[in-house]
Amino acid sequence: MKKILLGGLAAAALCVGSPAPASAQFSDGVIKIGVLNDQSGTYADLSGQGSVWAARKAIEDFCKAQKCFEKIEVVFGDHQNKADIGAGVARRWYDVEQVDVIVDTPTSSVALAVSQITREKNKVFLNSGAGASELTGTACSPNFIHWTYDTWALANGTGSAIVKTGGKTWYFLTADYAFGHALERDTAAVVEKMGGKVLGKVRHPFPAQDFSSFLLQAQASKAQVIGLANAGADTINSIKQASEFGIVQGGQRLAGLLVFINDIHAIGLKTAQGLTFIEAWYWDTSDDNRAFAKEFAAANKGNRPSMVQAGVYSAITHYLKAVHALGSDADGVKVVEKMKETPTDDKLFGKGTIRADGRKIHDLMLVEVKKPEESKGPWDYHKIIATIPAAEAFRPLADGGCPLVK
Amino acid sequence: MFELLGVPPQALMGQLLLGLINGAFYALLSLGLAVIFGLMNVINFTHGAQYMMGAFVAWMLLQYAGIPYWGALVLAPIIVGATGIVIERLLISRLYHLDHLYGLLLTFGLALIIEGLFRQQYGSSGLPYTNPIPGGQNLGFMFLPWYRGWVVAFSLAVCLVTWFTIERTKLGAYLRAATERPELVQAFGVNVPRMITLTYGVGVGLAALAGVLAAPIYTVNPTMGSNLIIVVFAVVVIGGMGSIAGSIVTGFGLGVVEGLTKVFWPEASATVIFVIMAIVLMVRPQGLFGTPR
Repeated sequence: MKKILLGGLAAAALCVGSPAPASAQFSDGVIKIGVLNDQSGTYADLSGQGSVWAARKAIEDFCKAQKCFEKIEVVFGDHQNKADIGAGVARRWYDVEQVDVIVDTPTSSVALAVSQITREKNKVFLNSGAGASELTGTACSPNFIHWTYDTWALANGTGSAIVKTGGKTWYFLTADYAFGHALERDTAAVVEKMGGKVLGKVRHPFPAQDFSSFLLQAQASKAQVIGLANAGADTINSIKQASEFGIVQGGQRLAGLLVFINDIHAIGLKTAQGLTFIEAWYWDTSDDNRAFAKEFAAANKGNRPSMVQAGVYSAITHYLKAVHALGSDADGVKVVEKMKETPTDDKLFGKGTIRADGRKIHDLMLVEVKKPEESKGPWDYHKIIATIPAAEAFRPLADGGCPLVK
Repeated sequence: MFELLGVPPQALMGQLLLGLINGAFYALLSLGLAVIFGLMNVINFTHGAQYMMGAFVAWMLLQYAGIPYWGALVLAPIIVGATGIVIERLLISRLYHLDHLYGLLLTFGLALIIEGLFRQQYGSSGLPYTNPIPGGQNLGFMFLPWYRGWVVAFSLAVCLVTWFTIERTKLGAYLRAATERPELVQAFGVNVPRMITLTYGVGVGLAALAGVLAAPIYTVNPTMGSNLIIVVFAVVVIGGMGSIAGSIVTGFGLGVVEGLTKVFWPEASATVIFVIMAIVLMVRPQGLFGTPR
């Protein structure tokens, strides 16, 4: 039922500086950035055009801070959350259109395919939107960096925080496909490791509309916590209907294992209040973030950026630094090596590092959704209740099974 | 107390009731489709988009005009029905002399365009809509939210009124006659084209009504209709294309079947309706309540 693929070409030619002594070193004289994500489906709000804007903004800011000699372009494409379409766009970009780096790319199945192609072509893939922790585990690649979050970090952060505050028994509502299964498995492992117990699970079709039956089964299990191992519209529907059926008033807690700020906006604070989950970035935590969000809102129908869009900004900033230091964008492995060598530092994510397996490391936040009376206005949604230090936030390097780690 | 395949009877009762509630949505949506197909021979693929428009119009009425749910319940179907009338006059009416397939393609294309426009304007993740009657009643075997109870009762009433109007009143007789022999009915001085236009408007209005009912419990987003419409088409096919009573009974019945599947084999709950459809088509191609054409 989806629309025809548009290879959406919007070339933002920026930073064409003075006659360029260095430009000859860049492949075909241009650094070309391809933003490959969902432009029309369920993830279009949290990535989509917002990520394209973030990419352009990163270039603009970078070129303001230091003189850019070369030409930098942004193109974007719609992968429609389908691996075959995403792979097709990636091949065309690398082979025909001289794209040097692909960024964003939510939907794990697409990300896994694009990572493989990027390795074959020796280009660079900076992922902000996808979740699967395999990307820096068994499927890791020397041409790949996973920027913002992953399923292991979500499971670990949310799972351990809730068990610590007394949520010992769990029941899972799991989307019946790879991502849901991974999230359920990772969270169950954390819960059991911390002394909690999993009482049961129900796997719902993806996507589903009505969750009342599944919620009732979860209610009947008498588990203290209902873990939502799903995403997007499924999560929104689950939370809305849990409120309708008085699940939370009945004493059970909901744990959203992957929730974006856009989901909270769609549910409304009245229903979403009290929900705890993990964010890698929130717009209202510093002056820089607020300024970025304000500009973002002006260009994107008043929306605030998601952590995925902020991650695109941060990733491109670091990429441009590495390419400038090298003076070349030609060899993908070399660029990624340079990126790993250099500590990351940008105005949105602050200081961080990139590990050998391609995992970008930074602090994560455990947030709780505000009550309507605590919120000062639209998009004022999160209370930060804990910070998970970078060292603990992500899967230990040795546990991922990445062949790059010796 | 006995247990059925490890499920206690109380839980089963709860699931049966939930199935009935979901069935109410299927019935209301397939009713609109059946009215449009039965009386106009148009396979209205825009139905899902019109359901979505109903939910969005309810949201807009609240957001921009401060009109609450109960007002939207009346206004949204009228507004969306009016857009349906415009579509019928401008576009669909030009295709009556052609094969069904053309109407199907036209309405399918329209659905994609409408969805695209809403996505462009309101994004893809959806909009919040507050439940107008929160709370509920503990029935002993399950917690029944007031709103769900209201949905079942209201849809059932709408279904019955529609069925009665078409099958048992003089207006309904005109409508049915106009479908069978339009020239003859026209010769008796009835304005057939106008009647057909209004029928389409009413069918679309029913879709929008289901959309308003859905807004407080499902996410209000541009694709909410396309997720549901395939199931609803299966309901119409099983019930018998164009059969009003068939679509109502099948809607509720399949809701219950789907609800039970969610307990015994949750992974299959998305497919069970299509399996039934395949079986029905093999055994009785005209559908359970249809007449061979």
